[in-house]
Amino acid sequence: MSQAIHDSEVIASDAVLTVDHLTMKFGGLTAIDNLSFTAARGDITALIGPNGAGKTTVFNCLTGFYKPTEGMITLSQRAGGAYLLERMDGHKICHKAKVARTFQNIRLFGNMTTLENLMVAQHNRLMKASYYTIGGVLGLKHFRKAEREAVELARHWLEKIDLVDRADDPASDLPYGAQRRLEIARAMCTGPELLCLDEPAAGLNPRESAELNTLLMEIRDEEQISILLIEHDMSVVMEISDHIVVIDYGEKISDGTPEHIRNDPKVIAAYLGVDDEAVGESS
Amino acid sequence: MEYFLQQLINGVALGSIYGLIAIGYTMVYGIIGMINFAHGDIFMVGTFVALIVFMGLMTIGLAWVPLALLIVLIVSMFVTAAYGWTVERLAYRPLRGSFRLAPLITAIGMSIVLQNYVQVTQGARNRPLQPVITGGFKFFEDSNFVVNLSNMQILIIVTTVVLMIAFSLLIAKTSLGRAQRACEQDRKMASLLGINVDRTISLTFVMGAALASVAGFMYLLYYGVIDFYIGFVVGIKAFTAAVLGGIGSLPGAMLGGLIIGLIETFWSAYFTIEYKDVAAFSMLALVLIFLPSGLLGRTEVEKV
Repeated sequence: MSQAIHDSEVIASDAVLTVDHLTMKFGGLTAIDNLSFTAARGDITALIGPNGAGKTTVFNCLTGFYKPTEGMITLSQRAGGAYLLERMDGHKICHKAKVARTFQNIRLFGNMTTLENLMVAQHNRLMKASYYTIGGVLGLKHFRKAEREAVELARHWLEKIDLVDRADDPASDLPYGAQRRLEIARAMCTGPELLCLDEPAAGLNPRESAELNTLLMEIRDEEQISILLIEHDMSVVMEISDHIVVIDYGEKISDGTPEHIRNDPKVIAAYLGVDDEAVGESS
Repeated sequence: MEYFLQQLINGVALGSIYGLIAIGYTMVYGIIGMINFAHGDIFMVGTFVALIVFMGLMTIGLAWVPLALLIVLIVSMFVTAAYGWTVERLAYRPLRGSFRLAPLITAIGMSIVLQNYVQVTQGARNRPLQPVITGGFKFFEDSNFVVNLSNMQILIIVTTVVLMIAFSLLIAKTSLGRAQRACEQDRKMASLLGINVDRTISLTFVMGAALASVAGFMYLLYYGVIDFYIGFVVGIKAFTAAVLGGIGSLPGAMLGGLIIGLIETFWSAYFTIEYKDVAAFSMLALVLIFLPSGLLGRTEVEKV
Protein backbone atom coordinates (compact mmCIF):
# COMPACT_ATOMS: atom_id res chain seq x y z
CA MET A 1 0.00 0.00 0.00
CA SER A 2 2.57 2.53 1.03
CA GLN A 3 4.61 1.89 -2.10
CA ALA A 4 1.88 3.04 -4.47
CA ILE A 5 1.10 6.14 -2.53
CA HIS A 6 4.52 7.65 -2.83
CA ASP A 7 3.77 8.36 -6.42
CA SER A 8 3.14 12.08 -6.07
CA GLU A 9 0.10 12.04 -8.34
CA VAL A 10 -1.71 9.61 -6.10
CA ILE A 11 -1.08 11.84 -3.14
CA ALA A 12 -2.62 14.78 -4.91
CA SER A 13 -5.71 12.92 -6.03
CA ASP A 14 -6.54 11.12 -2.82
CA ALA A 15 -5.60 13.35 0.05
CA VAL A 16 -7.56 13.14 3.26
CA LEU A 17 -6.06 16.39 4.48
CA THR A 18 -4.77 19.28 2.45
CA VAL A 19 -3.07 22.15 4.22
CA ASP A 20 -2.74 25.10 1.91
CA HIS A 21 -0.53 28.11 2.60
CA LEU A 22 -1.27 27.96 6.31
CA THR A 23 0.05 30.93 8.30
CA MET A 24 -0.48 31.50 11.98
CA LYS A 25 0.75 34.66 13.64
CA PHE A 26 0.58 35.53 17.32
CA GLY A 27 1.15 39.25 17.36
CA GLY A 28 4.64 39.66 15.96
CA LEU A 29 5.54 36.01 16.19
CA THR A 30 4.97 33.86 13.15
CA ALA A 31 4.50 30.34 14.45
CA ILE A 32 3.64 28.85 11.08
CA ASP A 33 4.74 30.45 7.86
CA ASN A 34 3.11 29.56 4.58
CA LEU A 35 3.00 25.84 5.24
CA SER A 36 1.50 23.51 2.64
CA PHE A 37 1.37 19.75 2.74
CA THR A 38 -1.02 16.89 2.14
CA ALA A 39 -1.73 13.72 4.04
CA ALA A 40 -2.79 10.85 1.82
CA ARG A 41 -5.75 8.68 2.69
CA GLY A 42 -4.77 5.47 4.39
CA ASP A 43 -1.29 6.70 5.22
CA ILE A 44 0.52 7.44 8.41
CA THR A 45 1.87 10.92 7.88
CA ALA A 46 4.38 12.16 10.42
CA LEU A 47 4.95 15.81 11.22
CA ILE A 48 8.38 16.23 12.75
CA GLY A 49 10.69 19.06 13.60
CA PRO A 50 12.81 20.41 16.43
CA ASN A 51 11.19 21.80 19.58
CA GLY A 52 9.20 24.94 18.94
CA ALA A 53 8.99 24.30 15.21
CA GLY A 54 5.20 24.82 15.24
CA LYS A 55 3.95 21.24 15.04
CA THR A 56 1.39 21.50 17.79
CA THR A 57 0.28 24.86 16.41
CA VAL A 58 -0.58 23.06 13.18
CA PHE A 59 -2.71 20.63 15.21
CA ASN A 60 -4.37 23.46 17.05
CA CYS A 61 -5.29 25.05 13.73
CA LEU A 62 -6.62 21.73 12.48
CA THR A 63 -8.87 21.16 15.47
CA GLY A 64 -10.31 24.63 15.80
CA PHE A 65 -8.33 25.87 18.81
CA TYR A 66 -6.74 28.58 16.74
CA LYS A 67 -8.17 30.43 13.77
CA PRO A 68 -5.34 30.57 11.24
CA THR A 69 -4.21 34.00 10.10
CA GLU A 70 -4.13 32.81 6.51
CA GLY A 71 -4.56 29.63 4.57
CA MET A 72 -6.95 26.83 4.02
CA ILE A 73 -7.26 23.41 5.62
CA THR A 74 -9.41 20.97 3.68
CA LEU A 75 -10.52 17.61 4.91
CA SER A 76 -12.05 15.37 2.28
CA GLN A 77 -13.97 12.36 3.40
CA ARG A 78 -14.05 8.96 1.81
CA ALA A 79 -17.72 9.41 0.94
CA GLY A 80 -16.86 12.58 -0.95
CA GLY A 81 -17.72 15.43 1.40
CA ALA A 82 -15.12 18.14 1.93
CA TYR A 83 -14.87 20.44 4.93
CA LEU A 84 -12.88 23.60 5.47
CA LEU A 85 -11.65 23.03 8.99
CA GLU A 86 -10.48 26.58 9.64
CA ARG A 87 -14.10 27.74 9.46
CA MET A 88 -15.63 25.20 11.82
CA ASP A 89 -16.33 25.15 15.55
CA GLY A 90 -14.47 22.71 17.77
CA HIS A 91 -17.16 20.11 18.29
CA LYS A 92 -18.21 20.11 14.63
CA ILE A 93 -14.68 19.32 13.53
CA CYS A 94 -15.05 16.02 15.31
CA HIS A 95 -18.78 15.49 14.73
CA LYS A 96 -19.10 16.52 11.07
CA ALA A 97 -15.62 16.57 9.55
CA LYS A 98 -14.56 13.53 11.58
CA VAL A 99 -11.17 14.58 12.80
CA ALA A 100 -10.10 13.24 16.19
CA ARG A 101 -7.04 14.22 18.16
CA THR A 102 -5.05 13.52 21.26
CA PHE A 103 -2.77 15.83 23.21
CA GLN A 104 0.83 15.77 24.36
CA ASN A 105 -0.37 15.48 27.92
CA ILE A 106 -3.01 12.97 28.91
CA ARG A 107 -6.51 14.39 28.91
CA LEU A 108 -8.69 11.49 29.89
CA PHE A 109 -11.76 12.00 32.02
CA GLY A 110 -10.09 10.67 35.14
CA ASN A 111 -13.17 10.36 37.32
CA MET A 112 -14.99 8.28 34.73
CA THR A 113 -14.37 4.62 34.09
CA THR A 114 -12.35 3.34 31.17
CA LEU A 115 -15.55 2.18 29.48
CA GLU A 116 -17.30 5.49 30.07
CA ASN A 117 -14.40 7.32 28.48
CA LEU A 118 -15.02 5.33 25.32
CA MET A 119 -18.78 5.85 25.58
CA VAL A 120 -18.48 9.62 25.87
CA ALA A 121 -16.74 9.60 22.52
CA GLN A 122 -19.90 8.14 20.98
CA HIS A 123 -22.08 10.83 22.47
CA ASN A 124 -23.55 12.20 19.26
CA ARG A 125 -24.71 8.87 17.95
CA LEU A 126 -26.28 8.01 21.31
CA MET A 127 -27.95 11.38 21.69
CA LYS A 128 -29.62 10.94 18.34
CA ALA A 129 -30.68 7.40 19.12
CA SER A 130 -32.13 8.42 22.47
CA TYR A 131 -34.11 11.30 20.93
CA TYR A 132 -31.96 13.71 22.90
CA THR A 133 -32.20 11.80 26.17
CA ILE A 134 -35.99 11.66 26.42
CA GLY A 135 -35.99 8.15 25.02
CA GLY A 136 -33.04 7.22 27.17
CA VAL A 137 -34.85 8.22 30.35
CA LEU A 138 -37.89 6.25 29.30
CA GLY A 139 -35.68 3.29 28.49
CA LEU A 140 -36.88 2.94 24.88
CA LYS A 141 -35.74 -0.11 22.93
CA HIS A 142 -34.14 1.97 20.22
CA PHE A 143 -31.86 3.64 22.72
CA ARG A 144 -30.95 0.45 24.50
CA LYS A 145 -29.95 -1.07 21.16
CA ALA A 146 -27.77 1.93 20.34
CA GLU A 147 -26.28 1.77 23.82
CA ARG A 148 -25.46 -1.91 23.31
CA GLU A 149 -23.80 -1.17 19.99
CA ALA A 150 -21.78 1.57 21.63
CA VAL A 151 -20.63 -0.84 24.31
CA GLU A 152 -19.71 -3.33 21.57
CA LEU A 153 -17.56 -0.78 19.79
CA ALA A 154 -15.95 0.16 23.09
CA ARG A 155 -15.25 -3.51 23.79
CA HIS A 156 -13.67 -3.88 20.34
CA TRP A 157 -11.24 -1.10 21.21
CA LEU A 158 -10.65 -2.33 24.72
CA GLU A 159 -9.60 -5.65 23.25
CA LYS A 160 -7.27 -3.92 20.83
CA ILE A 161 -5.58 -1.93 23.57
CA ASP A 162 -5.72 -4.87 25.95
CA LEU A 163 -7.73 -3.23 28.73
CA VAL A 164 -10.93 -5.30 28.81
CA ASP A 165 -10.41 -6.39 32.39
CA ARG A 166 -9.98 -2.79 33.54
CA ALA A 167 -13.13 -1.49 31.83
CA ASP A 168 -14.81 -0.47 35.08
CA ASP A 169 -11.81 1.08 36.80
CA PRO A 170 -11.51 4.86 36.91
CA ALA A 171 -9.32 5.98 34.02
CA SER A 172 -7.01 7.84 36.37
CA ASP A 173 -6.07 4.56 38.07
CA LEU A 174 -4.60 3.08 34.90
CA PRO A 175 -0.84 3.01 34.42
CA TYR A 176 0.63 5.70 32.20
CA GLY A 177 1.11 3.54 29.10
CA ALA A 178 -2.45 2.23 29.33
CA GLN A 179 -3.78 5.77 29.61
CA ARG A 180 -1.95 6.67 26.42
CA ARG A 181 -3.48 3.72 24.60
CA LEU A 182 -6.90 4.55 26.02
CA GLU A 183 -6.64 8.07 24.62
CA ILE A 184 -6.08 6.66 21.15
CA ALA A 185 -8.96 4.22 21.58
CA ARG A 186 -11.21 7.03 22.74
CA ALA A 187 -10.31 9.12 19.71
CA MET A 188 -11.06 6.11 17.49
CA CYS A 189 -14.48 5.64 19.11
CA THR A 190 -15.60 8.97 17.62
CA GLY A 191 -15.39 7.24 14.23
CA PRO A 192 -12.82 9.56 12.65
CA GLU A 193 -11.54 9.77 9.08
CA LEU A 194 -8.33 11.35 10.27
CA LEU A 195 -6.68 10.66 13.59
CA CYS A 196 -4.26 13.33 14.80
CA LEU A 197 -1.86 12.13 17.48
CA ASP A 198 0.35 14.59 19.33
CA GLU A 199 3.40 12.70 20.59
CA PRO A 200 1.68 9.42 21.43
CA ALA A 201 4.98 7.77 22.34
CA ALA A 202 6.08 10.44 24.80
CA GLY A 203 7.09 8.84 28.08
CA LEU A 204 6.65 5.26 26.91
CA ASN A 205 9.26 2.63 27.54
CA PRO A 206 10.70 0.75 24.51
CA ARG A 207 8.29 -2.17 24.85
CA GLU A 208 5.24 0.08 25.14
CA SER A 209 6.53 2.11 22.26
CA ALA A 210 6.75 -1.02 20.11
CA GLU A 211 3.18 -1.94 21.09
CA LEU A 212 2.10 1.52 20.09
CA ASN A 213 3.65 1.01 16.66
CA THR A 214 1.63 -2.17 16.22
CA LEU A 215 -1.56 -0.43 17.33
CA LEU A 216 -1.05 2.46 14.93
CA MET A 217 -0.32 0.14 12.03
CA GLU A 218 -3.44 -1.84 12.86
CA ILE A 219 -5.48 1.34 12.81
CA ARG A 220 -4.08 2.12 9.39
CA ASP A 221 -4.29 -1.35 7.86
CA GLU A 222 -7.36 -2.90 9.48
CA GLU A 223 -9.52 0.14 10.20
CA GLN A 224 -8.28 2.05 7.12
CA ILE A 225 -7.99 5.27 9.08
CA SER A 226 -5.47 7.92 8.08
CA ILE A 227 -3.16 9.12 10.82
CA LEU A 228 -1.35 12.40 11.23
CA LEU A 229 1.36 12.09 13.81
CA ILE A 230 3.63 14.43 15.73
CA GLU A 231 6.48 12.51 17.23
CA HIS A 232 9.99 12.97 18.53
CA ASP A 233 10.72 9.28 18.94
CA MET A 234 12.49 8.51 15.65
CA SER A 235 12.13 4.75 16.13
CA VAL A 236 8.37 5.28 15.89
CA VAL A 237 8.51 7.80 13.09
CA MET A 238 10.90 5.96 10.82
CA GLU A 239 9.33 2.57 11.36
CA ILE A 240 5.67 3.27 10.74
CA SER A 241 5.38 6.47 8.72
CA ASP A 242 4.58 6.33 5.04
CA HIS A 243 5.28 9.99 4.56
CA ILE A 244 7.12 12.56 6.64
CA VAL A 245 6.83 16.33 6.67
CA VAL A 246 9.63 18.20 8.45
CA ILE A 247 9.08 21.73 9.68
CA ASP A 248 11.43 24.13 11.36
CA TYR A 249 10.65 27.68 12.50
CA GLY A 250 7.15 27.23 11.08
CA GLU A 251 8.35 26.48 7.57
CA LYS A 252 8.45 23.24 5.72
CA ILE A 253 12.01 22.17 5.10
CA SER A 254 11.48 18.68 3.73
CA ASP A 255 8.69 16.37 2.63
CA GLY A 256 8.90 12.76 1.47
CA THR A 257 9.45 9.14 2.39
CA PRO A 258 11.33 8.18 5.55
CA GLU A 259 14.28 7.20 3.35
CA HIS A 260 14.35 10.59 1.68
CA ILE A 261 14.07 12.44 5.02
CA ARG A 262 16.84 10.44 6.63
CA ASN A 263 19.28 11.57 3.99
CA ASP A 264 18.12 15.11 3.49
CA PRO A 265 20.96 17.45 4.54
CA LYS A 266 18.51 20.21 5.47
CA VAL A 267 16.84 17.94 7.99
CA ILE A 268 20.14 16.86 9.44
CA ALA A 269 21.16 20.48 9.73
CA ALA A 270 17.94 21.43 11.47
CA TYR A 271 18.28 18.66 13.99
CA LEU A 272 21.99 18.60 14.61
CA GLY A 273 22.87 22.15 13.73
CA VAL A 274 25.35 23.20 11.08
CA ASP A 275 29.00 23.73 11.79
CA ASP A 276 30.58 27.05 10.98
CA GLU A 277 32.23 25.89 7.79
CA ALA A 278 28.97 24.69 6.29
CA VAL A 279 27.29 28.00 7.08
CA GLY A 280 30.11 29.82 5.41
CA GLU A 281 29.76 27.71 2.28
CA SER A 282 26.03 28.11 1.96
CA SER A 283 26.09 31.89 2.40
CA MET B 1 -40.59 12.28 71.78
CA GLU B 2 -43.77 13.01 69.85
CA TYR B 3 -42.74 16.62 69.54
CA PHE B 4 -39.35 15.54 68.24
CA LEU B 5 -40.95 13.26 65.66
CA GLN B 6 -43.18 16.06 64.45
CA GLN B 7 -40.21 18.36 63.99
CA LEU B 8 -38.35 15.62 62.17
CA ILE B 9 -41.18 15.29 59.66
CA ASN B 10 -41.38 19.05 59.18
CA GLY B 11 -37.63 19.28 58.82
CA VAL B 12 -37.41 16.55 56.20
CA ALA B 13 -40.18 18.17 54.15
CA LEU B 14 -38.47 21.56 54.26
CA GLY B 15 -35.09 20.00 53.62
CA SER B 16 -36.40 18.24 50.51
CA ILE B 17 -37.37 21.57 49.02
CA TYR B 18 -33.94 23.04 49.79
CA GLY B 19 -32.29 19.94 48.38
CA LEU B 20 -34.10 20.17 45.05
CA ILE B 21 -33.02 23.78 44.65
CA ALA B 22 -29.49 23.01 45.81
CA ILE B 23 -29.10 20.54 42.94
CA GLY B 24 -29.42 23.42 40.51
CA TYR B 25 -26.57 25.29 42.23
CA THR B 26 -24.35 22.28 42.50
CA MET B 27 -24.77 21.13 38.88
CA VAL B 28 -24.09 24.54 37.42
CA TYR B 29 -21.08 24.94 39.67
CA GLY B 30 -19.87 21.51 38.65
CA ILE B 31 -20.03 22.18 34.95
CA ILE B 32 -18.88 25.79 34.59
CA GLY B 33 -17.57 26.62 38.03
CA MET B 34 -19.81 29.59 38.66
CA ILE B 35 -22.42 30.27 41.33
CA ASN B 36 -25.70 30.96 39.60
CA PHE B 37 -27.08 33.52 42.00
CA ALA B 38 -30.19 33.90 39.87
CA HIS B 39 -31.18 30.33 40.66
CA GLY B 40 -33.17 31.30 43.77
CA ASP B 41 -35.16 33.70 41.64
CA ILE B 42 -35.72 31.03 39.01
CA PHE B 43 -37.30 29.10 41.88
CA MET B 44 -39.43 32.13 42.71
CA VAL B 45 -40.52 32.44 39.08
CA GLY B 46 -41.45 28.76 39.30
CA THR B 47 -43.77 29.40 42.24
CA PHE B 48 -45.46 32.24 40.37
CA VAL B 49 -45.88 30.24 37.18
CA ALA B 50 -47.41 27.43 39.20
CA LEU B 51 -49.78 29.85 40.92
CA ILE B 52 -50.85 31.47 37.66
CA VAL B 53 -51.43 28.16 35.91
CA PHE B 54 -53.35 26.85 38.89
CA MET B 55 -55.57 29.93 39.00
CA GLY B 56 -56.10 29.61 35.27
CA LEU B 57 -57.20 26.00 35.58
CA MET B 58 -59.56 26.93 38.42
CA THR B 59 -61.13 29.65 36.28
CA ILE B 60 -61.85 27.30 33.42
CA GLY B 61 -63.39 24.98 35.95
CA LEU B 62 -60.99 22.07 36.13
CA ALA B 63 -62.02 20.83 39.53
CA TRP B 64 -60.34 17.44 39.81
CA VAL B 65 -57.32 18.34 41.90
CA PRO B 66 -54.82 15.57 40.98
CA LEU B 67 -55.14 16.27 37.24
CA ALA B 68 -54.97 20.01 37.82
CA LEU B 69 -51.82 19.61 39.90
CA LEU B 70 -50.20 17.40 37.30
CA ILE B 71 -50.89 19.96 34.57
CA VAL B 72 -49.60 22.75 36.80
CA LEU B 73 -46.43 20.80 37.53
CA ILE B 74 -45.68 20.01 33.90
CA VAL B 75 -46.47 23.48 32.57
CA SER B 76 -44.48 25.22 35.28
CA MET B 77 -41.52 22.90 34.70
CA PHE B 78 -41.48 23.79 31.02
CA VAL B 79 -41.96 27.52 31.50
CA THR B 80 -39.40 27.76 34.31
CA ALA B 81 -36.93 25.69 32.31
CA ALA B 82 -37.37 28.21 29.50
CA TYR B 83 -36.48 30.98 31.95
CA GLY B 84 -33.41 29.03 33.03
CA TRP B 85 -32.33 28.57 29.43
CA THR B 86 -32.90 32.25 28.63
CA VAL B 87 -30.89 33.46 31.61
CA GLU B 88 -27.98 31.26 30.59
CA ARG B 89 -28.18 32.34 26.96
CA LEU B 90 -28.43 36.05 27.67
CA ALA B 91 -26.31 36.54 30.75
CA TYR B 92 -23.75 33.77 30.99
CA ARG B 93 -22.89 32.35 27.58
CA PRO B 94 -21.65 35.65 26.10
CA LEU B 95 -19.28 35.94 29.07
CA ARG B 96 -17.87 32.46 28.89
CA GLY B 97 -14.12 32.72 28.61
CA SER B 98 -14.24 36.12 30.27
CA PHE B 99 -12.69 36.60 33.70
CA ARG B 100 -14.16 34.58 36.54
CA LEU B 101 -16.05 37.34 38.30
CA ALA B 102 -17.92 38.52 35.21
CA PRO B 103 -20.62 35.81 35.20
CA LEU B 104 -20.95 36.15 38.96
CA ILE B 105 -21.82 39.80 38.57
CA THR B 106 -24.29 39.18 35.77
CA ALA B 107 -25.81 36.43 37.91
CA ILE B 108 -26.51 38.94 40.67
CA GLY B 109 -27.83 41.29 37.99
CA MET B 110 -30.12 38.61 36.59
CA SER B 111 -31.37 37.93 40.10
CA ILE B 112 -32.37 41.57 40.52
CA VAL B 113 -33.89 41.64 37.04
CA LEU B 114 -36.08 38.62 37.75
CA GLN B 115 -37.20 39.98 41.13
CA ASN B 116 -38.16 43.32 39.71
CA TYR B 117 -39.77 41.77 36.68
CA VAL B 118 -42.06 39.70 38.90
CA GLN B 119 -42.66 42.63 41.21
CA VAL B 120 -43.74 44.82 38.33
CA THR B 121 -45.86 42.26 36.54
CA GLN B 122 -47.37 40.50 39.56
CA GLY B 123 -47.39 43.22 42.18
CA ALA B 124 -45.45 43.47 45.39
CA ARG B 125 -48.12 42.08 47.67
CA ASN B 126 -48.25 38.56 49.04
CA ARG B 127 -50.05 36.09 46.85
CA PRO B 128 -52.09 33.55 48.75
CA LEU B 129 -53.33 30.16 47.61
CA GLN B 130 -56.00 28.34 49.55
CA PRO B 131 -54.85 24.92 50.79
CA VAL B 132 -55.23 22.46 47.93
CA ILE B 133 -53.99 19.23 49.41
CA THR B 134 -55.50 18.67 52.80
CA GLY B 135 -55.76 15.79 55.23
CA GLY B 136 -53.09 13.44 56.40
CA PHE B 137 -52.27 10.89 59.03
CA LYS B 138 -52.28 11.36 62.75
CA PHE B 139 -50.16 9.35 65.15
CA PHE B 140 -50.09 9.10 68.95
CA GLU B 141 -53.61 10.45 69.18
CA ASP B 142 -54.07 9.36 72.77
CA SER B 143 -50.93 11.11 74.03
CA ASN B 144 -50.85 14.80 74.81
CA PHE B 145 -49.09 15.75 71.54
CA VAL B 146 -50.55 14.54 68.28
CA VAL B 147 -48.04 13.98 65.49
CA ASN B 148 -49.27 15.04 62.08
CA LEU B 149 -47.98 13.72 58.79
CA SER B 150 -49.94 15.66 56.21
CA ASN B 151 -50.59 14.43 52.70
CA MET B 152 -48.71 17.48 51.48
CA GLN B 153 -45.59 16.41 53.36
CA ILE B 154 -45.89 12.90 51.95
CA LEU B 155 -46.19 14.38 48.47
CA ILE B 156 -43.09 16.53 48.98
CA ILE B 157 -40.96 13.70 50.30
CA VAL B 158 -42.09 11.13 47.72
CA THR B 159 -41.66 13.54 44.80
CA THR B 160 -38.21 14.49 45.98
CA VAL B 161 -37.10 10.89 46.39
CA VAL B 162 -38.44 9.93 42.95
CA LEU B 163 -36.82 12.94 41.30
CA MET B 164 -33.52 12.30 43.03
CA ILE B 165 -33.44 8.69 41.84
CA ALA B 166 -34.44 9.63 38.29
CA PHE B 167 -31.88 12.36 38.26
CA SER B 168 -29.04 10.25 39.55
CA LEU B 169 -29.83 7.67 36.88
CA LEU B 170 -29.87 10.37 34.23
CA ILE B 171 -26.40 11.51 35.25
CA ALA B 172 -24.99 8.02 35.68
CA LYS B 173 -26.51 6.10 32.79
CA THR B 174 -27.49 8.30 29.87
CA SER B 175 -25.28 9.77 27.23
CA LEU B 176 -26.28 13.28 28.27
CA GLY B 177 -25.18 12.57 31.84
CA ARG B 178 -21.85 11.26 30.61
CA ALA B 179 -21.41 14.33 28.45
CA GLN B 180 -22.12 16.54 31.45
CA ARG B 181 -19.56 14.76 33.55
CA ALA B 182 -17.09 15.00 30.69
CA CYS B 183 -17.67 18.75 30.36
CA GLU B 184 -17.20 19.09 34.10
CA GLN B 185 -13.71 17.68 33.85
CA ASP B 186 -12.37 19.00 30.58
CA ARG B 187 -14.55 21.13 28.35
CA LYS B 188 -12.02 21.41 25.54
CA MET B 189 -11.46 17.69 25.35
CA ALA B 190 -15.22 17.06 25.45
CA SER B 191 -15.64 19.41 22.52
CA LEU B 192 -12.93 17.58 20.58
CA LEU B 193 -14.88 14.36 21.06
CA GLY B 194 -17.79 15.97 19.26
CA ILE B 195 -19.81 17.01 22.30
CA ASN B 196 -21.62 20.28 21.83
CA VAL B 197 -20.43 21.90 25.03
CA ASP B 198 -22.67 24.96 24.82
CA ARG B 199 -25.72 22.80 24.41
CA THR B 200 -24.71 20.56 27.28
CA ILE B 201 -24.28 23.58 29.54
CA SER B 202 -27.66 24.94 28.44
CA LEU B 203 -29.29 21.63 29.26
CA THR B 204 -27.72 21.73 32.70
CA PHE B 205 -29.36 25.07 33.36
CA VAL B 206 -32.62 23.75 31.96
CA MET B 207 -32.56 20.73 34.25
CA GLY B 208 -31.64 22.80 37.29
CA ALA B 209 -34.46 25.21 36.54
CA ALA B 210 -36.94 22.35 36.07
CA LEU B 211 -36.02 20.93 39.46
CA ALA B 212 -36.28 24.38 41.03
CA SER B 213 -39.74 24.73 39.55
CA VAL B 214 -40.80 21.45 41.16
CA ALA B 215 -39.46 22.80 44.44
CA GLY B 216 -41.37 26.03 43.80
CA PHE B 217 -44.56 24.14 43.04
CA MET B 218 -44.29 22.27 46.33
CA TYR B 219 -43.33 25.38 48.27
CA LEU B 220 -46.44 27.10 46.95
CA LEU B 221 -48.72 24.24 47.99
CA TYR B 222 -46.99 23.79 51.35
CA TYR B 223 -46.87 27.38 52.54
CA GLY B 224 -49.74 28.76 50.48
CA VAL B 225 -48.29 32.26 50.25
CA ILE B 226 -45.59 33.66 47.98
CA ASP B 227 -44.14 37.02 47.04
CA PHE B 228 -41.52 38.26 44.63
CA TYR B 229 -38.81 38.24 47.29
CA ILE B 230 -38.91 34.61 48.48
CA GLY B 231 -36.27 33.57 45.96
CA PHE B 232 -33.57 35.44 47.81
CA VAL B 233 -33.74 33.78 51.24
CA VAL B 234 -34.68 30.33 49.96
CA GLY B 235 -31.99 30.59 47.29
CA ILE B 236 -29.30 31.51 49.83
CA LYS B 237 -30.38 28.62 52.05
CA ALA B 238 -30.23 26.18 49.14
CA PHE B 239 -26.85 27.55 48.16
CA THR B 240 -25.71 27.01 51.74
CA ALA B 241 -27.03 23.47 51.47
CA ALA B 242 -25.04 22.88 48.28
CA VAL B 243 -21.84 24.19 49.87
CA LEU B 244 -22.48 22.23 53.05
CA GLY B 245 -22.92 18.99 51.15
CA GLY B 246 -19.88 19.68 49.00
CA ILE B 247 -20.52 21.84 45.95
CA GLY B 248 -20.40 19.83 42.74
CA SER B 249 -21.79 16.71 44.37
CA LEU B 250 -25.42 15.70 43.72
CA PRO B 251 -25.95 13.49 46.79
CA GLY B 252 -24.14 16.20 48.75
CA ALA B 253 -26.71 18.79 47.65
CA MET B 254 -29.55 16.58 48.81
CA LEU B 255 -27.85 15.79 52.11
CA GLY B 256 -26.99 19.44 52.67
CA GLY B 257 -30.61 20.40 51.96
CA LEU B 258 -31.86 17.92 54.53
CA ILE B 259 -29.39 19.09 57.15
CA ILE B 260 -30.22 22.76 56.65
CA GLY B 261 -33.95 21.97 56.77
CA LEU B 262 -33.57 19.93 59.95
CA ILE B 263 -31.37 22.47 61.73
CA GLU B 264 -33.77 25.24 60.91
CA THR B 265 -36.81 23.31 62.08
CA PHE B 266 -35.25 21.99 65.26
CA TRP B 267 -33.78 25.32 66.17
CA SER B 268 -37.13 27.04 65.82
CA ALA B 269 -38.79 24.23 67.77
CA TYR B 270 -36.45 24.06 70.73
CA PHE B 271 -34.79 27.45 70.81
CA THR B 272 -35.81 30.76 69.32
CA ILE B 273 -37.41 31.02 65.91
CA GLU B 274 -35.73 34.40 65.33
CA TYR B 275 -32.32 32.79 65.20
CA LYS B 276 -33.08 29.87 62.90
CA ASP B 277 -31.20 31.40 59.97
CA VAL B 278 -28.27 32.16 62.22
CA ALA B 279 -28.22 28.51 63.29
CA ALA B 280 -28.28 27.26 59.69
CA PHE B 281 -25.50 29.58 58.56
CA SER B 282 -23.39 28.90 61.66
CA MET B 283 -23.51 25.25 60.78
CA LEU B 284 -22.19 26.15 57.35
CA ALA B 285 -19.35 28.13 58.89
CA LEU B 286 -18.44 25.23 61.17
CA VAL B 287 -18.44 22.69 58.36
CA LEU B 288 -16.36 24.92 56.15
CA ILE B 289 -13.77 25.38 58.89
CA PHE B 290 -13.36 21.67 59.53
CA LEU B 291 -14.29 20.21 56.12
CA PRO B 292 -13.53 22.88 53.55
CA SER B 293 -14.79 20.82 50.61
CA GLY B 294 -18.13 20.07 52.28
CA LEU B 295 -19.52 16.81 53.57
CA LEU B 296 -19.42 14.79 50.35
CA GLY B 297 -17.25 17.03 48.21
CA ARG B 298 -14.12 15.82 46.52
CA THR B 299 -10.97 17.38 47.76
CA GLU B 300 -9.39 19.08 44.80
CA VAL B 301 -5.95 17.83 44.01
CA GLU B 302 -3.99 20.63 42.46
CA LYS B 303 -1.86 19.25 39.66
CA VAL B 304 1.55 20.74 39.29
